Amino acid sequence: MTRPTVLELRGVSKNFGPVAAVADVDLELKQGEFISFLGPSGSGKTTTLMMVAGLQAPSSGSILLNGRDLAPLPPYKRNIGVVFQHYALFPHMSVLANIAFPLEMRKLGRMQARRRAEAVLRLVGLPDLGDRLPSQLSGGQQQRVALARALAYEPPLLLMDEPLGALDKNLRAQMQIEIARLHRELGITVLYVTHDQEEALVMSDRIAVFNHGRVEQIGQPQSLYERPVTRFVAGFLGDSTFLPGKVQALQKEEAVVLTAHGPLRGHASPGVRPGEAAVVAVRPERVVLLTPGDTARENALRGRISDVIYLGQSRKFVVRLEDGSELLGLQPIGTASPAVTEGSEVLLGWSATDCNVLADSD
Amino acid sequence: MTAPWAWRWAAYALVAAISVYLVAPMAIIVVISFSDSALLTFPPPGLSLRWYRSLAETPAWRDSILVSLQVMVLTAVAATALGTAAALGLASWRGPLAATIRSLLMAPLVIPHIISGAAIFLLFDAWGWVGSLQALVLGHIALAVPYVVATVGAALETMDHRLTQAALTLGASPRIAFMRVTLPLIRPGILAGLLFAAMLSFDELIVSLFLSTPQLRTVTVLMWSNVLGDIDPEISAIATVILLVSMVLLALQWFLSRQRGVPVLQGIGR
Amino acid sequence: MKRQASRLLLLPGAAFVATVFALPVGALLLRSVSDPTWGLQNFRALWEEPVYASLIRNTVQISLATTVCCILLAYPFAHVMATRPRLTRLLTLVVLVPFWSSILVRSFAWMVLLQNNGIVNQSLLRLGLIDQPLELIFNRTGVLIGMVHVLLPFVVFPLYGAIRAMDPALMPAAACLGAGPIRAFLRVQLPLTLAGLVMGAVLVFVMALGYFITPALLGGRRDAVIARMIQLQVSQLGDWGMAATLSLVLLVATLILLGASQLLVRSPARRPAG
Repeated sequence: MTRPTVLELRGVSKNFGPVAAVADVDLELKQGEFISFLGPSGSGKTTTLMMVAGLQAPSSGSILLNGRDLAPLPPYKRNIGVVFQHYALFPHMSVLANIAFPLEMRKLGRMQARRRAEAVLRLVGLPDLGDRLPSQLSGGQQQRVALARALAYEPPLLLMDEPLGALDKNLRAQMQIEIARLHRELGITVLYVTHDQEEALVMSDRIAVFNHGRVEQIGQPQSLYERPVTRFVAGFLGDSTFLPGKVQALQKEEAVVLTAHGPLRGHASPGVRPGEAAVVAVRPERVVLLTPGDTARENALRGRISDVIYLGQSRKFVVRLEDGSELLGLQPIGTASPAVTEGSEVLLGWSATDCNVLADSD
Repeated sequence: MTAPWAWRWAAYALVAAISVYLVAPMAIIVVISFSDSALLTFPPPGLSLRWYRSLAETPAWRDSILVSLQVMVLTAVAATALGTAAALGLASWRGPLAATIRSLLMAPLVIPHIISGAAIFLLFDAWGWVGSLQALVLGHIALAVPYVVATVGAALETMDHRLTQAALTLGASPRIAFMRVTLPLIRPGILAGLLFAAMLSFDELIVSLFLSTPQLRTVTVLMWSNVLGDIDPEISAIATVILLVSMVLLALQWFLSRQRGVPVLQGIGR
Repeated sequence: MKRQASRLLLLPGAAFVATVFALPVGALLLRSVSDPTWGLQNFRALWEEPVYASLIRNTVQISLATTVCCILLAYPFAHVMATRPRLTRLLTLVVLVPFWSSILVRSFAWMVLLQNNGIVNQSLLRLGLIDQPLELIFNRTGVLIGMVHVLLPFVVFPLYGAIRAMDPALMPAAACLGAGPIRAFLRVQLPLTLAGLVMGAVLVFVMALGYFITPALLGGRRDAVIARMIQLQVSQLGDWGMAATLSLVLLVATLILLGASQLLVRSPARRPAG
């Protein structure tokens, strides 16, 4: 992990009048890394990307590309590739002219630019469409052209703003694989903005989860999913049931929370203090049906199954607990344990290491 | 209950009648202009070019057409330049000052031409410019600028502004991004404004009435003073010439709108 | 910084319109209280002399009648234009040709057509519909025929836009819900296109107020309008005070009506979705 740092954000903020769109973002991007900004719309992820591109100026903080401060450079001198939402292809230029445009701007000869553009067009799998206008292409093809245009001049950093947002589901999956392939083959550093958690999990080396202009958590997909540190991250990335209570004891990595269902144990995230309010976050797939007398799990609850939804690979079920609140569970089809049935009284449980105790900030 | 087809055919018949009402007068005037009779009868007893010959042989008509064409070209070019620049300056500028400047630029469109004409006459009378080419041109420019601001402004508004941003990220300086991306994309709007300004100037009568003298007048002014007297087929010949210029401009506009998919400028008051 | 620079582009146009247009209009309007001497004598004359009252009455009557006729003709026309895609281009052209033609040429054409021995009267005589020529010109009828011809496009275009913007499934939906064609029109289509209708109608009314070419050529002695009076006062009588006073009245009426229609169009309740 001694790859050089390509992009560094230091305390970057952006205010629109009294509104803080981006607040104090710190980030380091290593060479060849694929990082996603994930968050709901209006969380500041696109604004951050636009500041890196130079299309918006930060209110404070600095952005460095290969160790060089970008502040004095206008967008056209930054040499960063940008793929825009809805592509922003020039409608009055052919596909080849679109791709050759940045090369011409870099003073490449006309023929040289054309040859290079053709090569890039082959790379994205559209060798024969160079003379078409963008309006004559399908959405997926336009997407590939936009990618080709941003890659044509081999920028050290590629920014992508919800590039697949306008495509339908199948095409999106196909383009995810395609982008991952290009990332692998070209070894390019990518900063990818999306609001689609699945997309972020599939493609990224690391994910930065944005909320209200701040980075809530940054890390590898697995650690983000399994060890979220805030309630927002646990809820935004995947499903979770939150059981509120008060922290009774805290020992190293484990906390005991007194809830309406008795004491529950879980992995303590930073920020959890004894005596303060906290929530126990449980992923549905970690919830298992227990037989009476089963004591292998630290946490156990009683409830009645109120709904079962068949999902093909699994069954999702809703358990109504004794205090009236609900808990989500997920049972893979074809497991040894008995199938859940609506209306049955059950005993459920999960291990302490399979759930997280998070500070209850709400 | 009447059958639906009866409704539909009644509507079609009405639309056909309105279409005849809208187009027939011009068609009839064109036909009468080729009459060989001194009477304005339709259909004409015989066909000839005698009224066009008479136009060509009358210096007053020739001069007035030349004046109108000169004023039209100068007005269209200058109004397009001023209006395009102003529309670019107004683009993406919001706020009370921008709104005030926009109102100022659009005012000649809203204010009745009779008031504009009287006011412009007041100005050029004070300067001693009444009866001069520059007075006619300047007056027409003032009337035409808002149309250009409107067409170019509409083109700028419908343009995707991320295209300019994209050009910047691809390495184009703001000047090159403007020349290579913005300008080509708003060109239909600029051309539409140019054609509209030309049409407005060539057909203009009210402001021209105030600014013309018997020594220097536009063809519409000369036609007006003739129409107030006895009307004859010679006037229908000059009317046909004026119509011809309008229709050439309209045809260019129509062609432009088909080429680029820009709607023909619609529904703005004059 | 860059944005500030682009605002400099406004300077030539704004300075030009201010010098050649705005300031002279201001100077003209000022004359309503300064010509021939300072005071309100012009407004008193406007109020007291019957000639001005009849001018204003004529103008408003002609404008109102023109507006009503335009609406009645424009609605069915715009409806067919918007709902029959095959006819749209043709009908657009039918409206654009007069729209782009000189008003003077069109008014002259109507003078020729509407004369006592003009084509209209001759055709009606030949068809046996009348025994002697109708008085179609140099009266209110002539003015209306000419004015509606000039102003019809200004209602057709906004109405066409409003009908096009309507969801085409709405009228069939109303029919399925049990509304007959007339009720469906009154309860669904008319409310949804009212904004376009009002916009076009106000535009026509306001433009009719300021017109004089058509009334001067096709009207009689009893069809004198404000705008023609302003022109005569400036160019022949040299009565700047009264010309300015009438201009002010005309301008205030124009601005109030246009402003009110803008407010109405902007109100969200009238705005069809999409």
